Amino acid sequence: MTWEPVIGIEVHVELRTDSKMFCGCAVSFGEEPNVNVCPVCLGLPGSLPVPNRRAIEWITEIGLALNCQISPVSVFHRKNYFYADLPKNYQISQYDVPVAHDGWLEITVDGETRRIGIERAHMEEDTGKSIHLGGGGRIHSAEATLLDFNRAGVPLVEVVSRPDLRSAVEARVYAQELRALVAELGVSDARLEEGSIRFDANVSVRRRGTDEFGTKVEIKNMNSFRSLERAIDFEIRRQVDVLDGGGELVQETRHWDEEAGVTRGMRTKEGSSDYRYFTEPDLVPMVIDDAWQAEIRAAMPELPADRRARYLSLGVDPQTAGALVGAPPAFRRLFDEAVDAGADAKAAANWITGELVAWARREEVDPAEVAVTGAGLAELVAMVAAAELSASAAKDVLDGMARGEGSAREVAERRDLLQITDRGALEAVVDEVLAEHPDAVERYRSGEAKVVGFLVGQVMRASGGKADPRAVNELIRSKLDET
Amino acid sequence: MSLADLTIAEAAKGLRRGAFGARELIDAVLERAAKTEAELHAYLTIDHEGAREAAARADEELASGVDRGPLHGIPVALKDNLCTEGLETTCASQILAGYHPPYDATAVRKLREAGAIPVGKTNLDEFAMGSSTENSAYGPTRNPWDTDRVPGGSSGGSAAAVAAGSALGALGSDTGGSIRQPAALCGLVGMKPTYGLVSRYGLVAFASSLDQIGPITRTVEDAILLLEAIAGHDPADATSWAGELPDFRSELGRGVEGLRIGIVEELSGDGYEPAVLAAVDAMVSSLEAEGARVQEVSLPTFDVALSAYYLIAPAEASANLARFDGVRYGLRVPGATTEEMMARTRAEGFGPEVIRRILLGTYALSAGYYDAFYGQAHRVRTLITRDFARAYEQVDVLVSPTSPTVAFPVGARTEDPLAMYLSDICTIPSNLAGHPAISIPIGLDPAGLPIGFQVMAPALSEPLLFRVAAEVERLASFDARPEVVTP
Amino acid sequence: MPIDIDISHVARLARLALDDEQLERYRRQLGVILEHAARVQALDTEGVEPTGHPLGFTNAFRDDQVRPSLERDVVLAEAPDHRDGYFVVPPALEGP
Repeated sequence: MTWEPVIGIEVHVELRTDSKMFCGCAVSFGEEPNVNVCPVCLGLPGSLPVPNRRAIEWITEIGLALNCQISPVSVFHRKNYFYADLPKNYQISQYDVPVAHDGWLEITVDGETRRIGIERAHMEEDTGKSIHLGGGGRIHSAEATLLDFNRAGVPLVEVVSRPDLRSAVEARVYAQELRALVAELGVSDARLEEGSIRFDANVSVRRRGTDEFGTKVEIKNMNSFRSLERAIDFEIRRQVDVLDGGGELVQETRHWDEEAGVTRGMRTKEGSSDYRYFTEPDLVPMVIDDAWQAEIRAAMPELPADRRARYLSLGVDPQTAGALVGAPPAFRRLFDEAVDAGADAKAAANWITGELVAWARREEVDPAEVAVTGAGLAELVAMVAAAELSASAAKDVLDGMARGEGSAREVAERRDLLQITDRGALEAVVDEVLAEHPDAVERYRSGEAKVVGFLVGQVMRASGGKADPRAVNELIRSKLDET
Repeated sequence: MSLADLTIAEAAKGLRRGAFGARELIDAVLERAAKTEAELHAYLTIDHEGAREAAARADEELASGVDRGPLHGIPVALKDNLCTEGLETTCASQILAGYHPPYDATAVRKLREAGAIPVGKTNLDEFAMGSSTENSAYGPTRNPWDTDRVPGGSSGGSAAAVAAGSALGALGSDTGGSIRQPAALCGLVGMKPTYGLVSRYGLVAFASSLDQIGPITRTVEDAILLLEAIAGHDPADATSWAGELPDFRSELGRGVEGLRIGIVEELSGDGYEPAVLAAVDAMVSSLEAEGARVQEVSLPTFDVALSAYYLIAPAEASANLARFDGVRYGLRVPGATTEEMMARTRAEGFGPEVIRRILLGTYALSAGYYDAFYGQAHRVRTLITRDFARAYEQVDVLVSPTSPTVAFPVGARTEDPLAMYLSDICTIPSNLAGHPAISIPIGLDPAGLPIGFQVMAPALSEPLLFRVAAEVERLASFDARPEVVTP
Repeated sequence: MPIDIDISHVARLARLALDDEQLERYRRQLGVILEHAARVQALDTEGVEPTGHPLGFTNAFRDDQVRPSLERDVVLAEAPDHRDGYFVVPPALEGP
């Protein structure tokens, strides 16, 4: 293909603060319309905004997590436009001095890891919600519009990526990683279906090998990660089709139509928007100095990247480390406890990501309700290392532990899964089997080494499967080689 | 003499002496209003019931030993761009006809807590945009000294009410001189505090970086009493000063001996009525005789202050007034679409001066013009502040006429917006710098019209400002009252 | 020289439905006022920062605490049109 897609993603994240960005109204969802409103968020005459300190701390956290520079001084601006769900007919936002800028987020696609540039993260306020009556719920051909201002004034962080993404898949992964990050930080519910995180894409194409940007098209209304990927895929193909056919692209905003599987141009506005940005005179500048940044950083939870590095340093292999980073928090805590209790980190990580995660999903148990403790897991790992349990027996034991049947040893004993490790007892069984199969012994002595496998099988059967096959193998060989 | 002719300080003494009660006081004031309103139209709303109830409550409290301070039981008028819970607040505009705010402005709440009695809401130029109160959608207010003339603006209603005795004091708002200029034209004291000293929460915004609420009274002492009640940090206003408040009285009575007083060169010359200049000169000489060291000071940037103001104020106003769109409150003119409804509502609901300033402000902010107009005006504003700072290295306070002229006839300047804007040439610089300033009445011109003397001081220098103002007041011995109050 | 401006564009930006006569009148008046306002351009402001708050303070915040909202009846009492707890407006022609 001669065309290269160039994609940027804009994300709006609603912060789950208790109160709104500029007033004390509650941030809560699913309520009766217009019950969480006040003079400020309704834009009544005479009202004034006062910024929510926690929102500023949280956007700083987001900026730090995205490896951004935090502007030492940043200011708010008024973004002026008229729309019924915008109470003041201007939105308090940030223009040229955002809180955070120039960062990056790593994504891994098909085993390759790349850094996607983050241009900025800035603070603003959300608008109210419009419900269009009649005309199928769309703006056009509606009869009237109902307005609910509960959402007006909710703190909103806008994160703008650089146009570094090169495929719809990358864009989807980027979006998912960003969502996971803000959810991890605990600053947003970050649920696409609920609208607490929203994505817009800017898509253009250019001939491979060139530096110039093609005509940029904004895509809106993608309400799931799947539709994000589908929409961008469609748009790339649409643009390529137009250009290959000798046509020209229009810089516009298009809506993704999930049902039809296409992007549609929206009615073009008369002239582009002139937002007439100017510094918000009702607010004073914010100084987020080094001391405050350090406080904010210290209060942040461990980030996925830091966590991954920590796992690797403990000896967990990269693949498992990645899986553990993405595992439910309860299981990640279990890993930390197990390591504290002396478990081999690599083994503990494998048990959690390889077995427990699947177990919890299969049994439909909340990870936080799984009865395995760190000490318990450490014991299991030790028993496997000491050959007291075969790998398959250990899975069985883990199942019992997870159901709350007891410690590793207790479950192993109750379910009769302990391997025989006592050499004397093993020897007795081996001697018996060798005595019972003189022909096999003869075959071994005449050079058929493979026959050991048969003898091991016999010993396993005689011991009810409780012998450690490796120990048996070694024992048989040493006895046969002796004589 | 009617109780309505008492000053706030005198009334406070009388109440405590038991010479009369708050009920008699409010009755006298309401009676004065009844006598004068037909001619003056100072008020848009008089809250007879509410005021009488509040007066009764004040009497009960005072009788039972609950003393809220010097404003307890004192009838005060409120400019109709201050939100009063449950009481119609129109900003003298059709677009807010019938609007009842669900909350009190902080300054109003503080007055109520101090026991003051809101008499009603006074007339103003629509959304505080004007210098004559002729831009009110509900008809002009007349000057009590000569009812063919304007009281000044935009707080013309507040000034007329206090001058006439239909309130003992009033709150106005000052963005480019809207307290000081009407005070000067009505023979009163009018004071604009340091920007941030008084909360703007509940003041319907005109120009957010310039607006301040302040007192209009008959004496400097009364102005201090009102300011003491309303000044102070408000967590609901992010631009309000959270630092320690100066004690406004701390320098009163020290006279002007040794103080350096600067006369602003740029604020005189053509366009200034001779009587005004003569009165100001005379006062300056008196101050000199009292031991002040007087010198002329030049602040060259004052020549462009008006221009900067008429870019900054309309720009901020164009955004502040965008919320008036017929969606959530106020007037709605029907339309087939939201866009149409909004545009028709605003075109019909706003008067011509407001529309003019919204268009001006929108233009000054628009793409391609921002830097040359709004951006440049903001940088010039910094230069003006620097000019002040330089001047205050040489002098302690600056003085000038408050207004180049005395009250002009109704209709004299309505055809020429620029001519009207020039009324504010002396007062605008203080708003741009955020500094406090006060107008004190010092005499009458040959036609019997009041002349105001302006004192300006650095930010947070209210004690110094009041010190000089009190001295000017003492030297002027201005005790004339307009015809309308002489029995 | 009075400054010439595209008054209908400005009126559209400001959502003001003015007729031709009004537009022309405002265009002339604004031209005169702007000519006067343009005097600010005569000053050299190279390297001059635009003005901030006169008292120069920063970081005015509020704690993240819920405060009581308005009663909905009170809110809707001032609404020109409302239904089932919502404000009602005619449909918008365009998106935001």
